[in-house]
Amino acid sequence: MTVLKLSRWRVLPVYMTLYLGFLYLPILLLPVFSFNNAAATRFPLAGFTTKWYASLWGNREMLDAAFNSLVVGICVSVLSTGLAICAARAVTRYRFRGRRAANGLIMAPLFLPEIIVAVSLLMIVLQVGAELSLVTVILGQVVFCLPYSMAVLTAGFDGFDRSLEEASLDLGETAFGTFRRVTLPVVAPAILSSLLVSFTISLDEFLLAFFLSGTEPTLPVYIWGQLRFAAKLPGVLALGSIMLALSICLLVAAELLRRRTARQLSTGAAAHV
Amino acid sequence: MALAVDRSSSAANNAPPARPSWLRGEEAAGLALISPTALYALFLLGIPILTVFAYSFWTQNYLEIDRSFTFENYRIALTEPIYRDLLLRSLAISLVVSVVTVVVSYPVAWFISFHGGRHKNLLLFLITVPCWTSYLLRVMSWKMILGYQGVLNTGLMSLGVINEPIASLLYNSNAVAITLVHSWAAFAILPIYVSLEKIDRSLVEAARDLGDGSVRSFLRIVLPLSMPGVISAMLIVMIPTVGDYVTPRLVGGKDGVMIATAIQAQFGKAANWPLGAALSVTTMAIVSVMAGACALLLKLAARRIR
Repeated sequence: MTVLKLSRWRVLPVYMTLYLGFLYLPILLLPVFSFNNAAATRFPLAGFTTKWYASLWGNREMLDAAFNSLVVGICVSVLSTGLAICAARAVTRYRFRGRRAANGLIMAPLFLPEIIVAVSLLMIVLQVGAELSLVTVILGQVVFCLPYSMAVLTAGFDGFDRSLEEASLDLGETAFGTFRRVTLPVVAPAILSSLLVSFTISLDEFLLAFFLSGTEPTLPVYIWGQLRFAAKLPGVLALGSIMLALSICLLVAAELLRRRTARQLSTGAAAHV
Repeated sequence: MALAVDRSSSAANNAPPARPSWLRGEEAAGLALISPTALYALFLLGIPILTVFAYSFWTQNYLEIDRSFTFENYRIALTEPIYRDLLLRSLAISLVVSVVTVVVSYPVAWFISFHGGRHKNLLLFLITVPCWTSYLLRVMSWKMILGYQGVLNTGLMSLGVINEPIASLLYNSNAVAITLVHSWAAFAILPIYVSLEKIDRSLVEAARDLGDGSVRSFLRIVLPLSMPGVISAMLIVMIPTVGDYVTPRLVGGKDGVMIATAIQAQFGKAANWPLGAALSVTTMAIVSVMAGACALLLKLAARRIR
């Protein structure tokens, strides 16, 4: 019994810590080596420098790629969240035939190897005769982001109390007015959280952008091109550290919003009991 | 927003324009609301996948597509040693990766669910953060860690543990497996955690009261009841890893190449779409069969334990 007690209270927290270490170690190496005064990524460190960051500023190609990523990210997050709002609302609110099939189709990218989604989209785009461009990247990434937006939004919409809407309609508000003035304020944090999550995914998404971007690279595609040259690695690490910091900020914001929705829904429910 | 709610009781002067009868009611409202998204997914996912499927039965002469039905591409995909070996290796790596990921992640999910207390959400968040950050750069980091002049070798040498670098860390299927386990860890923890959260704690207490020890009550109550989570974790890891492109390219070397590289080559340099399509469909088919088999086995195992 003592062994089991020991295992429950000592071994597991230690394991948990090691596990978190395993998860974070490779990620923490990026900023560490981005400030290292040598091109080789090895210990011991050679000294502190910010020259790799400074070198990013004059880099036209990188700045163009960053701008492309920004445009793609904004378009993808808006489109994917907009489409997911409709679908999540339909799924959480109404029972109808074909609901499971439609939901399954929208969530399918989670259960398909990404290369197959990328290849099939590439085929269709070329088949139709369209040019590969940022537009095709956006269209493809929306397919890929929809399941994540849906997951965030269905969770946000699920606990919504329908009687609030019914009351508003009974009191003479229009359907749209009810959505804007009753539904939207409650689900707004979930919507913002979906925007942030899909923006983060788009910012880091590589494979679809690699297949569909033609001559306009996004940041990950640019990075992929740089990885062939060992001498360019420190610049990539500096760029990667900036992207890492940005991703973490966006995720923390998304998480805080998600919690706010959860709290709002639970206090809302409590008020009705 | 088509919120088709019955508004007969509301103020008449504020009524919306009358809708055609087929648009009234719950059924129609739901369909109308989901259709933009469903159509988007149909045109940009459903139809493209069906096109790949169609192409896999056609052949190509230079730039001409011959649309007569044939199984030739599948014969090549399944019997030519180069493709057969790539398929088998991809499946083996993804099977190993999903089993290892689930095994190392289960205790973490269990710890958070049963002993996380009020820190549950924080712990879950901490675990998901690395999985949302740049995939490309995470793989790159593993290359820096495992390389000949990498962090692990130079670190161990400066500590005096080894005298010369170990060459066999990078550019093989082990490196691919380690990197993939790292990439997919959180995706395995979440479904297991969700299924553990659903378990009625009084069942565990009852087992204890009736004389089961920790291990027995875990094996007979917690593990079987969490099996749905284990199964979805297996699938969530296995399915995408089979077709992973970046990891084999960056850390796999010659011995770690997987099927995605071959698929990409058929759509790029080799320009043989039908063969590329057949390789894609074969990958999807085999992974579905394997996933189904794993799910079934785990379900049976859960029943046996009970």
